[in-house]
Amino acid sequence: MDKRNLKWTGAALASVIALWAGSAAADDIRFMCAADGNECATLEALFARYEKDNPGTHVVIDVVGYKAILENLPVQLAGGTGPDMALVTDFGGLAKYFLDLTPYVDANYWNTNFGNTLRWSRTGPDDKGIYGMNIQLTITGAYINKTLFEQAGVAVPGEKATWDEWAEASRQVAKATGVPFPMAMDRSGHRIAGPAISNGAKIFDDAGNPILVDAPFADFMGKFVNWNKDGTMAKDVWAGIGGTSYQDAAQEFINAQLVFYYSGSWQVQRLDKAIGDSFDWEVVGSPCGPAACSGMPGGSGLVGFKQTKNPEAVAKLINYIAQKDNYAEFIGKTRNVPAHEGVAKEGVAYTDASQNVAKALKGWNAQIAKLSPIAYSYQGYKNSRTMYNITVQRVTQAIVGEMSIDEAMEKAKQDVEAAIQSAGK
Amino acid sequence: MGKIFTFLTRTRGIGRLHWTDWASYAYLLFGIVIMFGPVLWLVLSSFKSEAELQRFPPTFLPYAQEMISIEGYDKPLPLFEITNGEFAGKQAGQVRRIGLVSQLVRPEAPKDLIKMPLADRKPVERIDFAFENYGDLFKRFDFLRYLWNSVFITTMATLIMLLVNSMAAFALSKYHFRGRSTVLAMIVGTLMVPQTVVLVPLFLITRELGMLNSLWGVIIPGAATPTGVFLLRQYMLTIPDEILDAARMDKASEWKIFWRIVLPLSAPAIAVLAILAIMWRWNDFLWPLIVLSQNDKFTLQLALNSFQGQLTTQWSNLLAMTVLVLVPIAIVFAFLQKYIATGIASTGGK
Amino acid sequence: MTAVLNAIMNIIEIPMRFAQRRLGLRRIAWVFLLPNLILFGIFAFLPVILNVIYALTGTDQVMLNDRTFVGFDNFITLATCTNHLDPNTCTQDLFWRAIYNSLWFVTLQVGFMVGLSLVTAIVLNGKIRARGFFRSVFFFPVLLSPVVVALIWKWILQREGLLNAGMDAFGLTPYNWLLDRNWAFIWSIFLSVWAHMGFYTLILLAGLQAIPRDVYDAALMDAATPFRTFRRITLPLLMPTMIVVLLLALIKGVQTFDEVYAFTGGGPGSATTFIIQYIYETGFAGTPRLFGLAAAASILLAIVLIGLTLIQLSVTRNKADG
Repeated sequence: MDKRNLKWTGAALASVIALWAGSAAADDIRFMCAADGNECATLEALFARYEKDNPGTHVVIDVVGYKAILENLPVQLAGGTGPDMALVTDFGGLAKYFLDLTPYVDANYWNTNFGNTLRWSRTGPDDKGIYGMNIQLTITGAYINKTLFEQAGVAVPGEKATWDEWAEASRQVAKATGVPFPMAMDRSGHRIAGPAISNGAKIFDDAGNPILVDAPFADFMGKFVNWNKDGTMAKDVWAGIGGTSYQDAAQEFINAQLVFYYSGSWQVQRLDKAIGDSFDWEVVGSPCGPAACSGMPGGSGLVGFKQTKNPEAVAKLINYIAQKDNYAEFIGKTRNVPAHEGVAKEGVAYTDASQNVAKALKGWNAQIAKLSPIAYSYQGYKNSRTMYNITVQRVTQAIVGEMSIDEAMEKAKQDVEAAIQSAGK
Repeated sequence: MGKIFTFLTRTRGIGRLHWTDWASYAYLLFGIVIMFGPVLWLVLSSFKSEAELQRFPPTFLPYAQEMISIEGYDKPLPLFEITNGEFAGKQAGQVRRIGLVSQLVRPEAPKDLIKMPLADRKPVERIDFAFENYGDLFKRFDFLRYLWNSVFITTMATLIMLLVNSMAAFALSKYHFRGRSTVLAMIVGTLMVPQTVVLVPLFLITRELGMLNSLWGVIIPGAATPTGVFLLRQYMLTIPDEILDAARMDKASEWKIFWRIVLPLSAPAIAVLAILAIMWRWNDFLWPLIVLSQNDKFTLQLALNSFQGQLTTQWSNLLAMTVLVLVPIAIVFAFLQKYIATGIASTGGK
Repeated sequence: MTAVLNAIMNIIEIPMRFAQRRLGLRRIAWVFLLPNLILFGIFAFLPVILNVIYALTGTDQVMLNDRTFVGFDNFITLATCTNHLDPNTCTQDLFWRAIYNSLWFVTLQVGFMVGLSLVTAIVLNGKIRARGFFRSVFFFPVLLSPVVVALIWKWILQREGLLNAGMDAFGLTPYNWLLDRNWAFIWSIFLSVWAHMGFYTLILLAGLQAIPRDVYDAALMDAATPFRTFRRITLPLLMPTMIVVLLLALIKGVQTFDEVYAFTGGGPGSATTFIIQYIYETGFAGTPRLFGLAAAASILLAIVLIGLTLIQLSVTRNKADG
C-alpha cells in the first residue's frame, strides 16, 4: 500500500468521525412548528423578543410539514424523543403528553381568557390543568361567490337560512350562470360535523359516551350523499380521492366554478390573493339546521411536553405569547381569529390587511357566538380525529356506491366502537 | 409487434430504412412525449406564480397579466383587450371592477372612463417566468445545509450498501457452503417486506441505538436493502468460476479476487444498483421523516414537505424546490448512464 | 476518488487475508457475508420479528411493554367475514377490498410492466441513432420521487387538467378521469408503469446486449425468420434476466404504495386502495394507531409473498445451476 493511499484513507476516516461527533445537542428549547401561513415566522419573532429580555432561554424552531406533526410527533412522544414544545392540532389525542403550565402561570388569567379551548386538552370536568394555548381559533363555514348571485339575479339567503334553502339558491345560481358546481365542502370529517350538529346530531350519548351516529347525523349524511349524487355538491371533492385524505375545493371556488364553498376561516388569505379582483366573495358562515347554525371550532395549540428538561422555561415562554398584547399582535399579523376571549371581545386590528380580508375576518369573528357547545366538546374529544376519519371514509363509500348510506352508517357505528375499545374512551 | 422486428433487423446490415425502423422511431418519439413531456411541464410550471398555478384550465407556459401605465393613475393598471362593442379590438387598462361591470380606460384617452360588462373584455397576457419561486427558497431556509445533508446521506448509504451488498452477493454466488440456502431465503424473505410496514419496529430499534436525529439513523438502516444483494448475486452467477480458479492458482487472496476480478466484471450491475441506491436515498421521504425532526438535520425531501401545511400548500415554492431537487440526481444519472453503457459494452463483447 | 477506494480496499485486505489463513477457503464466505448479515439482522430481520409481537398484542400503545397480549385476535378480526367475496360483510371490509384490488392491480401491472419494458428494450437494442439519449428518456421518470410522479399526473388528469384541456381543444368531450372507479384504477397502473418501467428496461437491455452477436449471425445464415429468431434464440437466452425482472416486478408491484397513495389517496372510494395502504393507514397514519392489526396484515402479506418467491426462486435455481 503506498503512502498517498494511506493519507487519503486517513482523511476519509477522520471526516466521518468528525461528522458523527458533531451532532451533539445543546440545551435549547426545541419547538416543532408546522403552519399554513406565517404563524411559525411570527412566533419566531415574538420568541426573539422574549429571548432578549430573558437571556437564559434559547428557542430552536424546527419548521416541518404538517405530516410530521400528524404522524411523526405522536410516535416520537411515545418513544420519549419528542421536542420540548410544538404547535399541534390533535389536542385530545396528544393530551397525555402535555405539560401542565399551572405552577408557572396565573391560572385565573388563563381560565378567563382561554376557557373554551382549554377544555380541549383536559381529561374531564375534574381536570383543572392548563395544557397550552390556542394560538388561533379556526371556524368552519361557507364562502359565496357574490358576483355569481348578482349575475343570476338570485337573492342571497339571509342569516337564518337553512341548508336546504342555501342548496336551492345555489342550484338556481349555478343553473342561471352555467357554473358547474352549486356547492362544495372540503373533504373532512371536521367540516361535515358542523352541519350534522346543526341538524341535531348529539355525537355523544347522555352519559358522555361517543356514539357519532344518531338519527339526525345519519339524516344529514344521507342528504349530503344525495346532494353529491344529484350534482348539488361537487362530487370531485369527496369522491375524487380515497382513504382519509384531505381535499379542498378552493381551486374551484377561485376559478369561479363554484357558488357556495363550505370550508373555514383559514382560507381567507389564500382566497384574497388568488381571486384578487376577479369576483366578489363573502363569508356567510354556517347555514342553519333545526338545532343550531353551528360550524366547528378548531385551531392549533402551542403546547409544551412533559418530557422537556426545562418545564419552567417552556411554560414562561408560552405564557409570554398568551399575554394580551402579544397575542393580539400575533393574531393581527397572521390574520387569524383569536381564541383569546379578551382579545376577541375588543376586536383585532388587522394591520395592513386588504379591505376584503378585514371584512372576511370580521365575518368569521361574528361566527364565534354561533358555535354549538356540542361542537366544542366534539373538537376537544380525545378520539375526535378518529371519528372524523371514520366519517370521511364511510360517507365517501356511500357516495361512490360501494355501500348504501344505511350500511355506511352501520359500519361507522361499528368503527367507532372498535376504535374506542382499542384506544380507550 | 413491429418493435420486435426492429430488433431483428439490426443484423440485416446497413441500407435503406426498413419500415420497422420507422416504427421504432415512431415508438421512441411517442416515448419522448409520454416520458419526458410531463417532466418538462413540471419544470415550466415551477416558474408560474401561485395564482397562475390555481387557474383552470392549466396552461403549458407560465403567463402573467400585462400591466400598463396610464397617465393620471399612480399604479400600473392591468391590461385588457376589449372584445365587443364600440371599442372592440382596442386595449385598455382596468381601473376598477364593480360587481359585473368593469371600468376601463384607454391609453390614448386617459380621461375617458369606459364602463362595460365583464364578459366584453379579456386580459392581455405575456409569458412571464416567476424566478422568485426559486429565490424564495434560499431566503426561506438554509438550502445549502439540506443539500449537504442529502448528499452526505446519499453518498454514504450508497457506498456502504454497494460494498456490503457486493460482498454478500459474492459469498452467495461464488462459494458453496452450508447454510447458503438459509441465508438466501432469509434475504429474499426480507426483500418481500416493504419498509412501510415495519416503520414502527424500525423506529424502536433506531431509537435504542441512539440514532434518532442523526444522519446515520437514515444511512445505516437504508443500507440493508436486500434488493441489492439479490440483483448482484443474479449477475455474479454469470461470471465463470474458471476465472476465479485461475486467480487462486496465482495465489491471489480471496479479497483480491473479489475486488480485482469479480467487482470489475460486475460493473454494469453495480452501476445499475448505484443508480438505484442513489435514487432511493435521494428521494427517500417516509423514513427520514421519522428519524430526523430537527431542521439542521433535514434532507431536501423533508424541506420540500415543509411547504405542505395542514390545509394549504405553497405550490409555487414546492414546485421550484422539486425541480432543484431533481437537478443533482439528473446530473448523477447522466454521468453514470455512460458508465453503464461502457460497462455493458465491454462485458457484452467478451 | 479511486485513490480513496484503493486505500479502503487495501486496508480491508489485511484482516481479510488473516481471516482467510485462519478459516480456510470454505468458511471465508461467512466473513464476506458478515457485515451484510449484521445490518440485515438488525434493520430488516429484527423488525419483522418485532412485527410478530405487535401482531399478537393489542391497544394503540407504541412501546411493546405497554401492550397487552391478545393472541390471534388481530388475525381473527382481519379474517372475519360472513361472505368472503363480499367485502361489505367483513369486519375489516377495507382489508378485503385492498386484497382484491391488489390482486387485480399486480396481475395487470406486472404484465404491462414486463411487456412494455421488453418491447422498449428491444427497440433500444436495435440499430438506432442517439441510443444513449433515448435510453435516458425512458429511464428518466425512475429518478422522480413518488410524490412528484403523483403530482404531475394528477395535474394532467384532474377534471380541469392538461389532458382534458387538450381533448377540449381537439373537440372531444372532457372526461372526469379520476372520478371513475375503473379509469382511476387504469391510470394508477399506467402511472406505476410509467414511473418504473425504465428500470426494468435497463436490466433487460443489459441482458439483450450480453447475447453474443455471432448467435444472430448464425441465425441470419440459416435465413431464419425474425419471429423464429426471437422465439428460438433471443427469448431463451434472455430467460434468466426475464426471471429476475419478473420477480422484482412482482414484488415491487405488490408493494406499490407511495405514488398511488399520493395520486388517488386510494380512491374514488376504495377503488385504488392497495394492501400496503391499508397497513399504513391502519398502523401509522390513522387514529387510533392499530399497530397490531397492521402487523397482522403485514405478516399475512409476507407469507403470501414468500410463497410466491420460493416458487419463482426454485425455477431460477434450476436454470442457474442446471
